[in-house]
Amino acid sequence: MIWLDTLVQGLMLGGLYALFAAGLSLVFGIMRLVNLAHGDLIVLGAYLILGIGTVTGLNPFVAALLALPVMFALGWLLQGALLNRVLGEDILPPLLVTFGLSVVVQNALLIGFSADSRKLPVGPIDAQSLPLGPVTVGVMPLLTLVSAVLVIVVLNQIFYRTALGRAFRATSDDPVTAQLMGIRPRSIFAMATGIALVVATIAALYLGARANFDPSIGPARLLYAFEAVIIGGLGSLWGTLAGGLVIGVAQAFGAALNPEWQVLVGHLAFVAVLLVRPRGLFPRAND
Amino acid sequence: MSALLEIRGLTAHYGDFQALFGVDLALERGEVMAIIGANGAGKTTLMRAITGIARVSGGSVALAGRRLDRLAAPDILRAGVSMVPEGRRLFPSLTVEENLLIGAHARRGSGFWTLARLYDLFPILRERRQQPATALSGGQQQMVAIGRALMSNPDVLLCDELSLGLAPVVIREIYAAFPTIRDSGTAITVVEQDIGQALKIADHVHCMMEGRITLSGRPDTLSRDAIHNAYFGVHA
Repeated sequence: MIWLDTLVQGLMLGGLYALFAAGLSLVFGIMRLVNLAHGDLIVLGAYLILGIGTVTGLNPFVAALLALPVMFALGWLLQGALLNRVLGEDILPPLLVTFGLSVVVQNALLIGFSADSRKLPVGPIDAQSLPLGPVTVGVMPLLTLVSAVLVIVVLNQIFYRTALGRAFRATSDDPVTAQLMGIRPRSIFAMATGIALVVATIAALYLGARANFDPSIGPARLLYAFEAVIIGGLGSLWGTLAGGLVIGVAQAFGAALNPEWQVLVGHLAFVAVLLVRPRGLFPRAND
Repeated sequence: MSALLEIRGLTAHYGDFQALFGVDLALERGEVMAIIGANGAGKTTLMRAITGIARVSGGSVALAGRRLDRLAAPDILRAGVSMVPEGRRLFPSLTVEENLLIGAHARRGSGFWTLARLYDLFPILRERRQQPATALSGGQQQMVAIGRALMSNPDVLLCDELSLGLAPVVIREIYAAFPTIRDSGTAITVVEQDIGQALKIADHVHCMMEGRITLSGRPDTLSRDAIHNAYFGVHA
């Protein structure tokens, strides 16, 4: 029974990692941009939720709703004013710029909020749990996993059922021919990064509610997110969810064996999947 | 009255290499124009320059009097010039129907061309509409590319090397759709290496060589020798 419990806890943790990774996956899938500041932007989102909550006295869930449009606008501006300028044949400039952005965000948060660790005060829901068959699960971890699945479903609907999603896929396939259809790739990319930061804000809510955060934890979240994207197969959203779950479950079993092994076993699972499936679990056919 | 599409003294460069030398062309409403020439004559560069994919270094392109040559490619499409690019360039992640719908991304008002009318023009595409576009045969892919370009309801349709790599029977099938397209109010320019096909469908033929127009006229007024000279630059 302890193993079943470990598996369930791992899946819930994996939901959080899938949320970290979904925005990264979306942006990579559309514009082949690896955003090294993604983890720091999630942490920025957590501070934004904390700030809105502190100023207005609203519950973090409501504060997160208010943070969503702010983060969308930030992503749109970030892409339009900065990242679009460095996208091109050479993949190095966007890597360097997003690496620099990561340093800038971390230091700005240090100045603004100090190095003290914080937590989002979600209230009594934090301690509540539900009996789910033979195991008992926390309400917040369950909400995290449900949100991750919902985010992937909604992103897939946008991707495959809307005109915007069609433009995303066409631009990803062939940006030059997309322009012949009247599509402006730069505004498509700005929309994509805006949506990625909306997802990052949802991730930030559960990150900040689950454990303490401080300005320096972004890069480690980026690493988990990156591993989830690669395990899943670059550009596949369902694959990203699967990748997050693989890392979450591996970490949970690692921690069950020996608490010191949690992070290590997660990374080992990543290496193991790559050894067997070098292109990830669900690679896109036409990459 | 000026022509629908008027090109004057158009030049284009790739770095130091000059690909177009002062090209003058005029396309009237309801007209089919063919541009023939050997590989490297500058035909595709001309198409890319008109649609904003290649940069224009001199001269002008105007559609119904409105200058296009300083606009970006998405704005030229919105102005009313659409292109079937060389090699079709369908979007592999999209189905046949999605490829057609993406052509209407910047649709201008309500025009003649709709999904239903395109499926009437190319019935095979209705059957294949849920398949990935790149799973189709070359000829069917070309039909998708033409349909995609028509979905914006353009005033001018540019077709670059439609017949390249296709069997003669397929080429005839595709060109059989042209009268319907012309009757919908769209003027057409085709770039062709297949001289016979070009002479058959066009009201006006222009021959290009080394980035210049070397011969222009109505198909019935051009002799074989004149075309040969203009095409190869040698006397037969």
